[in-house]
Amino acid sequence: MSWTKKLLRVNLSSGTCTEEPLNMQWANDYLGQRGLATRYIVEETDPACDPLGPDNKLIMATGPLTGTMASTGGRYSVICKSPLTNAIACSNSGGFFGAELKFAGWDMVIFEGRAASPMYLSIENEKATLHAADDLWGKSVWEADGMLRTKHQDPQARIACVGRSAEQGCLYAAVVNDLHRAAGRSGVGTVMASKNLKAVVVRGTLGLGNIDNPEAFAATTKAGKAVLAENAVTGQGLPAYGTQVLMNVINEVGALPTRNMRETTFEGAANVSAEAMAEPRKSDGKPNLTTNGACYACTIACGRISTIDRTHFSVKDKPEYWINSGGLEYEAAWALGPDTGVDDIDALTYVNFLCNEDGMDPISLGSTIAAAMELFETGAITTAQTDGVELKFGSAEALCWAAEATAKGEGFGRDLGMGSKRLCEKYGHPEFSMTVKGQEFPAYDPRGIQGMGLAYSTSNRGACHLRGYTVASEVLGIPEKTDPLESDGKAGLVKAFQDATAAVDSAGLCVFTTFAWTMDDIAPQVDAACAGDWSTERMMEVGERIWNMEREYNAKAGLTGADDNLPARLLNEPANSGPATGRVSELAKMLPEYYEARGWTADGSVTAETHQRLGLPG
Amino acid sequence: MQKSLHIDPAKCTGCLQCESACSLENEGIFNPSKSRIKVFNFHDEGRFVPYTCTQCDEAWCMQACPVDAIVINAETGSKDVLEDICVGCKVCTIACPFGTINYNTSSGKVVKCDLCGGDPACADACPTQAITYVDANATGLDKMRAWAAKTDNATS
Repeated sequence: MSWTKKLLRVNLSSGTCTEEPLNMQWANDYLGQRGLATRYIVEETDPACDPLGPDNKLIMATGPLTGTMASTGGRYSVICKSPLTNAIACSNSGGFFGAELKFAGWDMVIFEGRAASPMYLSIENEKATLHAADDLWGKSVWEADGMLRTKHQDPQARIACVGRSAEQGCLYAAVVNDLHRAAGRSGVGTVMASKNLKAVVVRGTLGLGNIDNPEAFAATTKAGKAVLAENAVTGQGLPAYGTQVLMNVINEVGALPTRNMRETTFEGAANVSAEAMAEPRKSDGKPNLTTNGACYACTIACGRISTIDRTHFSVKDKPEYWINSGGLEYEAAWALGPDTGVDDIDALTYVNFLCNEDGMDPISLGSTIAAAMELFETGAITTAQTDGVELKFGSAEALCWAAEATAKGEGFGRDLGMGSKRLCEKYGHPEFSMTVKGQEFPAYDPRGIQGMGLAYSTSNRGACHLRGYTVASEVLGIPEKTDPLESDGKAGLVKAFQDATAAVDSAGLCVFTTFAWTMDDIAPQVDAACAGDWSTERMMEVGERIWNMEREYNAKAGLTGADDNLPARLLNEPANSGPATGRVSELAKMLPEYYEARGWTADGSVTAETHQRLGLPG
Repeated sequence: MQKSLHIDPAKCTGCLQCESACSLENEGIFNPSKSRIKVFNFHDEGRFVPYTCTQCDEAWCMQACPVDAIVINAETGSKDVLEDICVGCKVCTIACPFGTINYNTSSGKVVKCDLCGGDPACADACPTQAITYVDANATGLDKMRAWAAKTDNATS
């Protein structure tokens, strides 16, 4: 089994918490987490609804392997309609919150309606209670976390919370759990705050016992851990360097988007790399990186635990930041660093702390600040808007100021909180926005890694690396090497990565396992945990079903094939440095191939035949 | 040869595989809240520290028990709770200076680490060798080796 077969429905309008059986037919078709929760969203909401209105629902969902000893089996996702993209949002987080929810006996929590005043939910095993949160409103995630711990007198509680950015309507606000793990993308935190829901405190002591075949599960999970330990990426690279191992690698292949994606290599990359994080600094002789940390059950442990140089301008008068906390991951380091032209690792770490403290997606924040810097450079924004701050590429001071203003929703921070697309439209230069479907790009330039251009343009949640990470194949050679500058064959590659990732997410596992694991390593673990036969083929079919269901949701939300696009910069302005020099994204060639591989019409609609083959709802 | 659990906090990543393994071995389910080994996350300091019973020779818990429900396992050296005899008075939980014996509300008895009878699940599950099961007479071996490595042979 491995599902608890129970869900908690919390109606914030009426203040009720009710238990329901999980729809096991849907669990068979959509597995859990991302897939299963999206199935509920499709069933229960109108895709055309206002994402910030009471008709949108928000689901915190675990997978069948969440809470088990399968390596990385601690993931949960937050699923809702996104206010940033108006498409489906599904943001995945690690830490310990998801497993705790499972130990309390719940597969998922569905939040509906909107509370009249700020509330938080506490879950103690079967007991779920809504409490007033007026005192927590206006507090950062870190402050609220401390206040809730004091109130509940339970150091072992796990807390997911939104920060001030979400309350202020920042459209890329995150849900932060365990202080520095985040369901980061697409503004799921904004939706949570729009429901007047500040936090969820969970404590589970029931545990998880209903593994379908315990002996097979012990054997397959142990074998899986051995594969991770022996792999160079998951066994050595990620624990030692974290995802930041990529900074110098991606710069060298000429795919490190720089200064709002105008360039594809960054001269300061080495200064903000994993290697730089390990370098002792002058002031106290300590490196930025203190140690690596793991999420629940993870035997990889890629997480960074870092400090900021106490003498750095950003924190020298702020001892509250002289602590260890979640450090720079690659995507955050890129967005806050190369994309803004800033190569000051302490400034980046400080802004990363702010993103955790007040719940902002660092990718969208960094990319939006980068767009604002380009607007400033052209004169579309002046110091009149920025309180006199010179918002220039490369300015660490400007970066820190912009992040602080956005975290609190003050002044120009409110404009930055709209995201790059709306910001650039407001100031008359929509072409400066590096977004797909309104969501900012992550850290791979589609001119230098062709598959990623197709993956970004077709991602169901807007530009994203975690929906189809073809970088694995195109740069790292996993599972096999393909040429990053070549667009031939990328349609099939993108489809395969997208489907596999949807299944991995839905199991409750971390996609980083797939640097080492193939579906042949994952399916046996799911099969041992869950009733029924879960083969590699079935997992891939479930992934494909989920992908198409998300696509149909987006179509009903008003998105079309025309939204499978990239900014003109990436299609028309050739890369001007590094190995990709002279290249543009060959999206126009790849997209029809992709639609065909998907069994969609030439304009990107799911055909009736594909709909029927996959048994999609509606 | 008796063995001891040996903990090196510097190697711990805080993944809680040990807690899951302990609860699975002893409770039959994944339930870190019932684990006999706990990992503490000192967030602000960036440190993870696993902690469990050290199996004291003159065990306070054993001495304090009014019904002799805690006995020495001759083979492993662990101090084991005899569930049939334990009356759940909790005096041992007060006597233990380290907090590593605790009352279990579902069984009405106390629980503590018993080294899984000589094959501790936590050590087996730990992915980083932060928890190992080593010769009880040489738990300092790793530290000795580390210091030995610093010896300058040239000056001897």
